[in-house]
Amino acid sequence: MAAPKKGRSASAQSKPGRSLALILIAIVGLTGGMFASGHTTPRLGIDLAGGTSITLEAKADQGSAINKANMDTAVDIMNRRVNGLGVSEAEVQTQGDKNIIVNIPKGTNSKEARAQVGTTAKLYFRPVLAQEATGAAAGTASPSASATGSSSASPSSTASPSSSASGTGEKASSSSSPSATATSQGRAVTDALKADSTPSASASAKASASPSASASTSTDAESAALQAKYAALDCTKKSVRTKAGEGVKPEDPTVACGEISGVWYKYLLGPSAVAGTEIDKASANFDTQGASGWQVVMEFNSQGRKKFADVTAQLAQNTQPQNEFAIVLDGDVVSSPFVQNAITGGSAQISGSFTQEEAQNLANMLSYGALPLSFKEQSVNTVTAALGGDQLHAGLLAGAIGLALVVIYLVAYYRGLSLIAIASLLVSAALTYVLMSLLGPAIGFALNLPAVCGAIVAIGITADSFIVFFERIRDEIREGRTLRPSVERAWPRARRTILVSDFVSFLAAAVLFIVTVGKVQGFAFTLGLTTVLDVVVVFFFTKPLMTLLARRKFFANGHKWSGLDPKSLGAQPPIRRTRRPAGPAGPVETKEA
Amino acid sequence: MSKLGSLGARLHRGEVSYDFIGHRKLWYGISILITITAILGLAVRGLNMGIDFQGGAVFTTPKNTHVSVSQAEDAAAAASGHEAVVQKLGDGSLRIQIAGMDTQQSDQIKDDLAKDFDLNSESIAADLVGPSWGDQIANKAWQGLAIFMVLVVIYLAIAFEWRMAIAALVALIHDITITVGIYALVGFEVTPGTVIGLLTILGYSLYDTVVVFDSLKEQTKDLTKQTRFTYSEVANRSINGTLVRSINTTVVALLPVAGLLFIGGGVLGAGTLNDISLSLFVGLAAGAYSSIFIATPLVADLKEREPQMKALRKRVLAKRAQAAADEEVAGTRGEFGGDSEDATPAVVGPRDQSGPRSRRRPSGKRR
Repeated sequence: MAAPKKGRSASAQSKPGRSLALILIAIVGLTGGMFASGHTTPRLGIDLAGGTSITLEAKADQGSAINKANMDTAVDIMNRRVNGLGVSEAEVQTQGDKNIIVNIPKGTNSKEARAQVGTTAKLYFRPVLAQEATGAAAGTASPSASATGSSSASPSSTASPSSSASGTGEKASSSSSPSATATSQGRAVTDALKADSTPSASASAKASASPSASASTSTDAESAALQAKYAALDCTKKSVRTKAGEGVKPEDPTVACGEISGVWYKYLLGPSAVAGTEIDKASANFDTQGASGWQVVMEFNSQGRKKFADVTAQLAQNTQPQNEFAIVLDGDVVSSPFVQNAITGGSAQISGSFTQEEAQNLANMLSYGALPLSFKEQSVNTVTAALGGDQLHAGLLAGAIGLALVVIYLVAYYRGLSLIAIASLLVSAALTYVLMSLLGPAIGFALNLPAVCGAIVAIGITADSFIVFFERIRDEIREGRTLRPSVERAWPRARRTILVSDFVSFLAAAVLFIVTVGKVQGFAFTLGLTTVLDVVVVFFFTKPLMTLLARRKFFANGHKWSGLDPKSLGAQPPIRRTRRPAGPAGPVETKEA
Repeated sequence: MSKLGSLGARLHRGEVSYDFIGHRKLWYGISILITITAILGLAVRGLNMGIDFQGGAVFTTPKNTHVSVSQAEDAAAAASGHEAVVQKLGDGSLRIQIAGMDTQQSDQIKDDLAKDFDLNSESIAADLVGPSWGDQIANKAWQGLAIFMVLVVIYLAIAFEWRMAIAALVALIHDITITVGIYALVGFEVTPGTVIGLLTILGYSLYDTVVVFDSLKEQTKDLTKQTRFTYSEVANRSINGTLVRSINTTVVALLPVAGLLFIGGGVLGAGTLNDISLSLFVGLAAGAYSSIFIATPLVADLKEREPQMKALRKRVLAKRAQAAADEEVAGTRGEFGGDSEDATPAVVGPRDQSGPRSRRRPSGKRR
């Protein structure tokens, strides 16, 4: 070896300790982080932990394009719906460009969830029959609606009667609402809506005066039940809230909850007057002429225009809260503006004390109905916890067997050298495990069965890097070099080969991860992760360890069991050399085929 | 070790070698034959597409379900109105496949089955698939495959050269065709798991090929500066030199997959593990074969068409003719520049170098 080379390799040999220390610190640090974060095991996917996984595919319709914005909106809304079921840790995420995966952990009503996620338009305008705050008292504003072109001078601070109610007491609030007017107005509204629920409407209106009385006077058991439900409704509780309007058809009256400026209101609502699908579009803009600030402008289609004109004509005659209509999205009241006069132009403004964001959110909800796209159920995978556990065990067992076989092979073939390979595999495995555990909370990585497969397959890829390196070293020894220069000479070439081939492997994983959907993605992710780790381990662990061990007599002298015995490798002794190879080698014979 | 180790040594020195390039026509022939068989099998028998590609449901009952297969078939057919395929798995659970049913009916069918089998409906796992889901997975997979191929050809063309990129691509297509063909011929069920396995072959097959190419590139670096070997001969030596590594790699890659296959097939009976490992197993074997027998000989073929290489071949042959007259040529120049500054192993070193300290390096030439 030439002199300058020697200098370089000498300095390279002084590094191994540092590299090893570095990777050990990294492992310790990551492991410490893992324990500190409290996520000591990788988050398991549905197929290993049990639960239901629903895959939905977006279908473009009515000019709504499948794009990122629409998909994100859909994910938001589905998230609300699923988590609204009282499910903790349900996840909704996009996958590929037109799929949404909904993962619901075990112990949840998957039927319900299935029914909820894919439904498209669940936005309705319902007249308000009664409204009151639950929880703390508040004098909050309720936004108002006014006809386009009108001065829209609706005061944003208009307090609805219910807001004056204090505490949670039903009686306190009901006393504030005059029973006589309530009855007549409730009836008027429902009549106008041509709903056959007049009794319930009147009952409910009466009920707002005195719940117990209405229940007894009402002849309709259904409305009485609804009435009771309204009376019992406590919107401050999430579990109650989400079940409030469950399974109600649009043409039936219902109860619902809505939040206005941090206070939960409960509503008794009439049948749906206008459906979200009847809104043509809605947008948020800043009122430059008036003083109402941010407002939402919505336009109805011809059907919606007529219906909206009818309902607003009715509502405008009432007093609060019966002059309000509630915009109900997926059972929640997102806004309940009151009507000043009939809006017949097919275009309406909702103004109030909106912030820009609130106005835009409302506009989005209005214009998208609920989901911006319609979705088709592509696959529903329900895994029982028992089956998930079995699959997990099988995967781990397969991994253990695979690892054991590889270790046996490496020991048989590389003997002493296999110690390095095995140590490197262990470091690689430890890093993979820790990273998987950490990536769970960090980016929502969940270990599923294909990911386990990917990890097992990666054992081969990782082990191959060592094989490339070891074979290179052996080639150098066969050239007649001693171990230490062999290692240093073999490394640059092995390094290049490892980098090039790992790059190809990583490219495959990255393309698969970006393009594909479903199970393929989990697999690709693990494969990509382990490929990167392979490079890290080979550079910062295997190579330095090899350099260090090359100084040991056992390896340097080519002990029979070291796997580097020049004799059994069939090394050729150099002819004219000052340096002698470690072991005796066969006689020099001239050979030329 | 010693046996394979010394084989490695002999391969390294070129004492033992198989003339992969020389026999390439034979191997091309074999591959073409296999490929044609695969395509025929695909055309005639078609693929046995799993439930994921037709739409339907797979229900899995808990362990040790005391219901016979025929009972289960009847119950499932009655509940769904479609024919059901029932398998008894290793752990005593039943796997009931019902094709063609609507996913909306599934809850009802599950409840019915639970009642028939006297089980809790919650304890039955269900995998419901719409009719277009499998197609979507497959389409995405093809799309991924196409993108990957384009990228990898570009990458290899930059990192190596376009001839190697072409050869790698051919080898890749070769592997995938063979794997798909085997699926068609044997009638293994194709599932999304199979697709995953197939896609992984991409990376693996190329991984192997790239390692051989890397050694080839290294050894042919200064090829035109010498007159001892033709490109094909050097290529042949590259293959032989990396043969032990190729064998080791393939064995090491196949072992974990074999573990998966054993557990997936033997213990779990059927499912994702099994599907992935089966296609991997077939594909890996094909990949190892193609990187040695197809990819490198193809590169050599392409390379030999270059004017430079043609000229080299002429020179080499001329030199050999002369050498044949002079007998041994070994002492005249060193072929081994390995100890010079150059860190690359100029296996085929410049002829004007290091004459005095030449070490014996048997050539890989065969003819």
